[in-house]
Amino acid sequence: MDYKAKEKVYEKILLISAFISVITVVLIGGFIFTEGLPIIKKVGLIDFLLGKEWYPTKDVFGILPMIVGTFAVTFGALILGVPLGVATAIFLAEFAPPRVSKFVRPAVELLAGIPSVVYGLFGMVIVNELLMHIERTYLANILRPEYQRGYSVLSASIILAIMILPTVINISEDAIRSVPHEYKEASLALGATDWQTIYKVIIPAASSGIIAAVVLGMGRALGETMAVIMVAGNTVAIPDSIFAPVRTLTGNIAIEMGYAAGDHVKALFATGIVLFVIIMVLNTVASFLGKRGAGQS
Amino acid sequence: MLTFKKSKLAVLLVLVLAAAVAAGCGGPEEKNGENASGVSGTVKVAGSTSVQPLSEELVAAFEEQYSDVTVNVQGGGSSAGVEAANSGTANLGASSRELNGEEKEYGLTETVIARDGIAVVVNTENNVTDLTLEQVKKIFTGEIKNWNEVGGENKPITVIVREAGSGTRGAFEEIVLGGDAKFDANAIIQNSTGAIKKGVISDPNAVGFISLGSVDSAVKAVKVDGVEASAETVINGSYKISRPFLYLTKGEPDAATKVFIDFVLSEEGQQIVAEEFIPVK
Repeated sequence: MDYKAKEKVYEKILLISAFISVITVVLIGGFIFTEGLPIIKKVGLIDFLLGKEWYPTKDVFGILPMIVGTFAVTFGALILGVPLGVATAIFLAEFAPPRVSKFVRPAVELLAGIPSVVYGLFGMVIVNELLMHIERTYLANILRPEYQRGYSVLSASIILAIMILPTVINISEDAIRSVPHEYKEASLALGATDWQTIYKVIIPAASSGIIAAVVLGMGRALGETMAVIMVAGNTVAIPDSIFAPVRTLTGNIAIEMGYAAGDHVKALFATGIVLFVIIMVLNTVASFLGKRGAGQS
Repeated sequence: MLTFKKSKLAVLLVLVLAAAVAAGCGGPEEKNGENASGVSGTVKVAGSTSVQPLSEELVAAFEEQYSDVTVNVQGGGSSAGVEAANSGTANLGASSRELNGEEKEYGLTETVIARDGIAVVVNTENNVTDLTLEQVKKIFTGEIKNWNEVGGENKPITVIVREAGSGTRGAFEEIVLGGDAKFDANAIIQNSTGAIKKGVISDPNAVGFISLGSVDSAVKAVKVDGVEASAETVINGSYKISRPFLYLTKGEPDAATKVFIDFVLSEEGQQIVAEEFIPVK
């Protein structure tokens, strides 16, 4: 085969590869929608989305508690994880001497490689029991008895915060490193301190990258299933406290798919539709924010 | 160029692996052991995941004797098992609960192959040892919220239940809660026996329910209406929270299916049942 023909073949292989992912997304989307839409029609979109009760074996399908639960857990994770992650990224990019970053960086990589079920186990055995102890010893008179069981929005958020750290750290660090050196030099030359330079110059310049890091971390937190199931308690009730047990949309599907039958399965697919739409909206917002951020800098 | 060579190697490895898998799949057809009965064919068992491990053990022993009969065991849940038997997608549907009203009208033949008891388990530190069925119901529906209402310490009860659709939960719901009652909306929900046990072990105030076969010394099974949860009390009917394991067939089963059911109900089959569950013969 001559060189040109070979080139053509490789090009076609790459093209097919690219299309496979597109086709997969379309197939998965189509599948979820065809399986789930009938039950949404049957229950009614409003009742399905805003229904507060989920009792599938008695044909009651309302997923509002899971929607609220998903966002509660995700925002909890962001509140805990983003400041820590961005701080670590700044440290690694600006301050860390090579000797220190030699330890920190592999540790972060390792964090990304730990399987989620191990995070779940850690959460179940360490975080939940610690939290239960704190709740029952120091907060016993403040919290309702149902909120003294360890399983909670808080423990899920703590675990997810750790899980999103590698994403947040790596992407923020890249963003910070890609800020042109001249910015920093100019700021320092004007008499600004290191911290002022970071706070007023580098972070704003890296903001679009940091936003991207946050959004990707958010995607990870929204989609994480196994670890959350193990620590969150999975109670179907709208959480009104960070100590309340909670069920997420992904958790709902994973917990019940094993034994579901009939309308119950369809309702789980419908849960998938809601998740699908939420993630699509999030991605759109993310790319919009990313573009705007990039335009400013 | 180096990476190119590496990728070639990777492709080669994948191919070798695929070939190995394909070769492995050829296994069942090559089997040609003794034929004890002259019966041959394939039997498909689908349904309850509670029955599944038992079915698999029974099949392993069965296929040693009847090498011309292949039995495939699948999960899917009790409801799926009933559907599979009714629609004919499986020769045998497995269910770990009695058929409900609608399902009874399908005209399926029910064969009880084993019985299983559901134990109500509490933390070993809990001093409650005996509950009435009514108290168990009230605890799991959330009416009773504190252990001191049933003779224990002044501690709030942590109710842990299985997820909707689980056979154990379905059986418990039917036997203990009855038709209309619902589980406590604030109950912690876990999707495996292991996770329930873990919850009960780590929380001194917890209560959960698990299959009798899974009870060990790490948790404490309480008496229900004064009756201890054990094989004897499940068989003689005095322990209230028990359920049957059913094989369901529609119409006259084919020869291979019939041979398998006969094996399961034989002394040898029931001995395998007895290893973890309660035999019916």
